Amino acid sequence: MPAKSKSSLLHRFAVLTAAATLCLIGIGGLVTSHEAGMAVPDWPTTYGYNMFLFPISQWIGGIFYEHTHRLFASFVGLLTTVLAGWLWFKEPRRWMRWLGGVAFVTVLSQGLLGGLRVVLSKDQIGIFHATFAQLFLLETTAIALFTSRWWRRREAQTGPLLATRGFRSLAIIATIVVFVQLILGATMRHQHAGLAVPDFPLAYGKIFPRMDAAFIQEINQHRLDARDYNPITAFQIAAHMAHRLGALMVLLLVILVWRRARREYGPASALTRGTLGWVGMICLQALLGAATVWSNKAADIATFHVVGGAVGLMTGTLISLAAFRVRTPAGRTVPWENPPREDARFSQPSIATMNCGSSVASPHLALPHLNDDGNAGDARVRASRQVQGKISTV
Amino acid sequence: MLTSREFRARLELLPDMKLKFVLLSAAVLAGSLSFVSAADVTGKVTLKGVPPPEKEIAPLVADPNCGKLHTDKKPTTRFYVVGKDGGLADVFIYIREGAPKGAAAPAKPAVLDQKGCEYIPYVLGAQTGQKIVVKNSDPVMHNVHPTPIVPGNQEKNRAQMPNGPDLEFSWTNPEVFLRFKCDVHPWMFAYVGLVDNPYFAVTDEKGEFKIANLPPGKYVIEAFHRKAGKVSKEITVGSDSQKADFTLEVK
Repeated sequence: MPAKSKSSLLHRFAVLTAAATLCLIGIGGLVTSHEAGMAVPDWPTTYGYNMFLFPISQWIGGIFYEHTHRLFASFVGLLTTVLAGWLWFKEPRRWMRWLGGVAFVTVLSQGLLGGLRVVLSKDQIGIFHATFAQLFLLETTAIALFTSRWWRRREAQTGPLLATRGFRSLAIIATIVVFVQLILGATMRHQHAGLAVPDFPLAYGKIFPRMDAAFIQEINQHRLDARDYNPITAFQIAAHMAHRLGALMVLLLVILVWRRARREYGPASALTRGTLGWVGMICLQALLGAATVWSNKAADIATFHVVGGAVGLMTGTLISLAAFRVRTPAGRTVPWENPPREDARFSQPSIATMNCGSSVASPHLALPHLNDDGNAGDARVRASRQVQGKISTV
Repeated sequence: MLTSREFRARLELLPDMKLKFVLLSAAVLAGSLSFVSAADVTGKVTLKGVPPPEKEIAPLVADPNCGKLHTDKKPTTRFYVVGKDGGLADVFIYIREGAPKGAAAPAKPAVLDQKGCEYIPYVLGAQTGQKIVVKNSDPVMHNVHPTPIVPGNQEKNRAQMPNGPDLEFSWTNPEVFLRFKCDVHPWMFAYVGLVDNPYFAVTDEKGEFKIANLPPGKYVIEAFHRKAGKVSKEITVGSDSQKADFTLEVK
């Protein structure tokens, strides 16, 4: 089989692994949404059976969610093992081989965390388990990206990075804030206290709710739910409101990232389209969050919200990684539809569009000094550079 | 007619027998006195205010295995079980301060059962060290998952097959309320008031309770309901039965 086909097969397998990981996060979300995390008291057996031989007739109630989660986790573990082995023996890039090894260790650790959560009956381990799952998703996503033809083609490219330092930093910050928001969400879910604030967009009818002891006692007196959640505490109300504020922050940051991309690379740029997709994704996630409250934390909606958070994190990671990969192809200029403000001191290019991987000929620009590493780094510098045959390589 | 040897032999015994007789009589008298002076504390807990209406346990009804166990009446939550005259059931009454220490845990276990995919009773009292036996009278499997939060009381999680053998639990530290749950059927809950003395009770459907044989003395007695909250009062117990009524309020 030609080398190119083999690497394409590897990439497809990596994509399958990443997609399966995302599904596993959804199934794990269903376990917590249905409060079924402890429905199977033993591990790695299931009610004394070998996990793979547990009778389907006994997959009842909460057992169904927890048991299918374990089975699917085993499947993802198998995929990751094959992927890691494939990378180790066939991947020419040494760092990629080690990344496969890291993914293997991560999935093993994740399985162990899940088992310990059950065996030791520790809710806190459940929060680590949920957070680690997101990190593992990022690993498999990154491997899928790094094994893609798109990435490999750009590894061979030289020239300055297309994305400015400012854009890259903003994308990374937005991604990190998304991750912190996910941790906060996991902390809330593993309190097993249900909805600390039952209405949206207000909170107990106000912009910011009371959190004094008398009010909380009143809430708990009137709060009846067949799931008989733990009593609400002031901490849980505070965490819930912090999650709402965090959502607003994420939305604003992602919009800023998109606006920056649009300003720097034009509306048709793949980076711009990608960040616009990210904005759409976050808007959908916010709507799912609101729906979780309106539906009194219906299990399926809450789980979609968990998966939405994971997809938002994946998207931010892909954009951030791509921003460190896409370079200005040799022989091309980098025009701007709307030059950054810091370019005011330099001559302005005429309007043109640019796509990642292809570009359109542009007018000549003045050529200032370059950074030591040959990167554009500063949009101001790149915007005023004449690329045609004069840029030094890294 | 006794010989002198026989008389001396009987005389030597006489002081021991006399001492024993005196001691025995004193013990009987003391026991009688204590039995006579221990008293019962009875009372009623009334709920003031309008509680929120109970909800149908929709997931139970929808469950294919559990739903068919409730053919006559749809099961509802049991947060506020209020009698016609306002008597509140499932209130745990116990001596919070002043209870005599050191009483051994009763040999008879406290019993929780699982019927119709619900815990029966909803609220139970037990003493530290006393066995709590959990039965499964259902044709479905459950997992019995007590979740104590007091340090030193260990969380446990055990499978219980349909009509399977009873499970036994006990803990050493007082905890009100220690929760039992089933994760296979996440609507199933029971709460145990665990105290370090035998003087406790749970109100019935009329809101009434009785704590028996409380020795004379001053005590703080508390009425604790999971949702309505708690209220306590000082009582002085003498030789006669004591009455202690409580009112809890839903605001």
